[in-house]
Amino acid sequence: MPLLEVRDVAVRFGGIVALDGVSFDVEPGSIVGLIGPNGAGKTTLFNCVSRLYACDRGDIVFDGGSLLALPRHRIAGAGIGRTFQNVALFRSMTVLDNVMLGAHSRSRSGFVSNALRLPRVPREERATRARARGILQMLELESLADKAVATLPFGTCKRVELARALAAEPKLLLLDEPASGLNHEEVSELSGLIRRLRERLRLTVLLVEHHMGLVMSISDRVVALNFGRVIARGTPPEVQRHPDVIEAYLGAA
Amino acid sequence: MTKKTLIALLLLVAVASIVPFVVSNYRTFQFTLVLVYAIALLGLNILTGYNGQVSLGHGAFYAIGAYCAAVLMDKAGVPYWATVPAAGAVCLVVGFLFGLPALRLEGLYLALATFALGVSMPQLLKYKALEEWTGGVQGIVIAKPDAPWGLPLNSDQWLYFFTLGVALAMFLLGWNLLRGRVGRALVAIRDHHIAAEAMGVHNALYKSLAFGVSAMYTGVAGALGAIAVQFVAPDSFSIFLSILLLVGIVIGGLASISGALYGALFIQFVPNLADEISKAAPWAIFGIFMILFVYLMPTGVAGALRMLSERQKRHNFPAAKNEEEVP
Repeated sequence: MPLLEVRDVAVRFGGIVALDGVSFDVEPGSIVGLIGPNGAGKTTLFNCVSRLYACDRGDIVFDGGSLLALPRHRIAGAGIGRTFQNVALFRSMTVLDNVMLGAHSRSRSGFVSNALRLPRVPREERATRARARGILQMLELESLADKAVATLPFGTCKRVELARALAAEPKLLLLDEPASGLNHEEVSELSGLIRRLRERLRLTVLLVEHHMGLVMSISDRVVALNFGRVIARGTPPEVQRHPDVIEAYLGAA
Repeated sequence: MTKKTLIALLLLVAVASIVPFVVSNYRTFQFTLVLVYAIALLGLNILTGYNGQVSLGHGAFYAIGAYCAAVLMDKAGVPYWATVPAAGAVCLVVGFLFGLPALRLEGLYLALATFALGVSMPQLLKYKALEEWTGGVQGIVIAKPDAPWGLPLNSDQWLYFFTLGVALAMFLLGWNLLRGRVGRALVAIRDHHIAAEAMGVHNALYKSLAFGVSAMYTGVAGALGAIAVQFVAPDSFSIFLSILLLVGIVIGGLASISGALYGALFIQFVPNLADEISKAAPWAIFGIFMILFVYLMPTGVAGALRMLSERQKRHNFPAAKNEEEVP
C-alpha cells in the first residue's frame, strides 16, 4: 500500500486553476521527485498535503486515512514533516529552540503543567532537548545550537529547517526546493545527506526541486507537472525522455 | 538559570524585603504599586511581547480585576486575600472568551479591537443596571487590611509584603510557562505562524489561552491595586491606563520577564518625577523621558542590560569571541 496517495486533486484560486486532477502515489521508503516549470503547481500540491490550502476536489490519503479530515496542526503529529521554499524559521529563536519546537507534536505538556513545572515537564524537556541535539549532530549543526537563526547564512538555515522537520520523527518528509540557493558542492552534499537520512530514519521523501541533477540522481520515481496536470511519471530516465517533459522545459521542437 | 542569576535574584528579594522598613509609608505604598504594575506588565508581555498580539485595552482587564475584588469585599464580605485568585479566574475566562473572536484579527486590527474594549470599559462600569454593585460614578471604597497573626507591621508594610508574595508567585509561574514547550510555541507563533502550525502548534488554542493568561495576570494586578489604593471608580481605568501599560512593556523590554519590573518602575515613578520638574506640563516632560528611553535603549531596559552584560563578557574573554568569528 502506498504511504501517500494523491487522488484527483484540484485547486482553484479565483479563476486560475492551480491543480487540475492530479493523482500519484508515493511508496513507503521511496524518494519521489516532483518537477515542473515555474507555476506548474508543485508548491500548491505541497501546501495541500500540509493542509495550508484546501482542495476543491479529490482526496489525499496518508497511511490509510484521509488527510482532509485533519486540521493543520495535526499534520505534523500524523507523521508528515516539511520544509519551506523560502525558509520559514523562527528568527528570534536559537537553532536548538527551533529544532525543539519541531518536536512540539511529539510532546504533550500544556499550560498548567508548564506553569507549575510538574515533574514530568522537566523530564519531557530533557528528552526533547536530547533528541534535538542528536538531530543537530546528525546534520553537523551541533556547534551552532545556541546561535540565533537570524545570524546564520541561507544554506545553514535550510539545514536547520531540515533538522526542525526531522525533530517530529516524520514518516514522510516534504522538501520544498532543498537545493535552491546552495552552491555546487553543497548540492552534492545534500543528495548524500537525503539518502543517508532515508536509510537511517526509514524516511519516505517527496521533494520539489528545480535542480535536475539532484532530482534525477536521488529519486526512485519522478512526477512531472505542467499547468496543474501530471504530464509524466516513472523512473528518472523515463521521465527525462518523455516528449511532453522535454516540450514543457524547452518549448515545442 | 545560572548561579549568578539566582544570586542576583535572591539579592533583589532581600533588598525588596528591606525597602518598607527604610522608606516612608507613602513610598512603601508607591512600591506596592510598582509590584502591582509589574504583574500587569508581565501579563501584557506574555500576550504582546512573546505571542505578538498587540493589546491596547489591557486596562479593561485591570479594571475587571479591581472591581471583582471591590465588589466581592463590599457586597459579599469576602476576605481581601481571597478576592485576588477570584479576580484572576474571572479575567482568565473573560480574556479567553475575548481572545476567541480576536483570533480573526491580526496586528493593527487586533489593536483596534482591544482599544475598543479599553475605551468602553469606564462607561460599562457606570452602567445604571450595574450601579447596585459597582456604585456607579462614585465607585467603591475598600477598607485597608491590617497585618494578620499579630505581625509587627503597619497596614502599608503588610500590603507591600502581601503584594510582594503574590508577585513572586506570579513571576515564578510566568517564568516556568515561558521557558519550556509552551513558551517556545508562543514565540514561534509570533515569529512565523504558518510554520508554527505546520510543526503541530494549535495556533488558535495557544493564542486564546495566551489572551486568557495575560488577562488573568492583569486581573490579579487590578485586584491588588484596588486593595492597595482602597478605592475603585470607573475613571481610574481610562484608556490612558491601557496605553501606559503598553508603554511599560516597550520601555521595560518586549518579550522579557525582568522587563516587566523595569517598565513598572518607569510608569510608577517617571510621571511623579515629571510632575516635580514641571507642574505646568508634566506629560510633556514624561514624553521627553519616553523618547529618551526608546532612543537610548531601543530594545528596552532589559535589552540594554543584556547587551551590557554581553559586552562585559566579551571584554573579559576576548579570545572566545575571536574563535567564534572564524567561519
